[in-house]
Amino acid sequence: MATPKFSSINVDDEIPPLNMPPMTRHALAIYCGASGDHNPLHVDSDFAKDAGLDDVIAHGMLIMAYMGRSLTQWVPQHAIRSFDTRFQAMTCIGDEITARGKIVEKFTEGDDNCVRVEIAASDQTGEVKAVGSAVVELS
Amino acid sequence: MTIDKKFIGMRSEPFSADVEKGRLRLFAKAIGETDPIYFDEAAAQAAGHRSLLMPPTFLFCLEMESPDPYAWFREIGIPLPRALHGGQSFNYHKPAFAGDVMTFNSEIVDIYDKKNGALEFVVQDVFITNQTSDPVADFRRTIAIRNA
Repeated sequence: MATPKFSSINVDDEIPPLNMPPMTRHALAIYCGASGDHNPLHVDSDFAKDAGLDDVIAHGMLIMAYMGRSLTQWVPQHAIRSFDTRFQAMTCIGDEITARGKIVEKFTEGDDNCVRVEIAASDQTGEVKAVGSAVVELS
Repeated sequence: MTIDKKFIGMRSEPFSADVEKGRLRLFAKAIGETDPIYFDEAAAQAAGHRSLLMPPTFLFCLEMESPDPYAWFREIGIPLPRALHGGQSFNYHKPAFAGDVMTFNSEIVDIYDKKNGALEFVVQDVFITNQTSDPVADFRRTIAIRNA
């Protein structure tokens, strides 16, 4: 995909969404190993139940990684200046996460043209799991 | 309030971690990555990178390479079963690639509570430099503790 140009981007434009398949224990186990985050809350149902949850929950950072993928499939990674996320709801086994981003601001900082993208990760019911924003520099 | 505010300003011992090719490949698999610059060296080089590109959220993971990543939780009294990741932000300064070495310096910058203590928050800033001491990124993590 060609890198979008600042001049051709408008506020309210959407970036291509990223759709993920239903969350599985297997996916969480692989992320546990790959991320180095061995918190048992994400892979050990017994631990999760003792902690008062119904079952294991996904790592927030896995959801943020999906949100990051929605950015890097749209622009080259070096264009991303900053990226933040607030986690709002737990992602459970079976949840199908979609990351959607929308341009909310265009601005110029010195010689640099930037856009602010708001990104939300939600599940198949529309429950928002995380919201974030990124500042992306475009030529 | 169970987390003492005296821990604001507490710094963790700096440590360094290698950005390993195999680890980046596994991470790419774990997040369902389809862009080969993140897992195929030839594709990364064809795109002008010196090796596999480190993806945007990976620094958080690499920071977990420290010998005991939850040591500071215990030190300041965060109970792991009640801790949740409330928020995360990154500021990027320079790209990093497989083969680079990241050095992490961390500091607790805020501790506060909401809903009369039902929720407590601990905010930690982490500064990351590479093997030539250039800033690569900094990140801020907010841990939420459920007390109710």
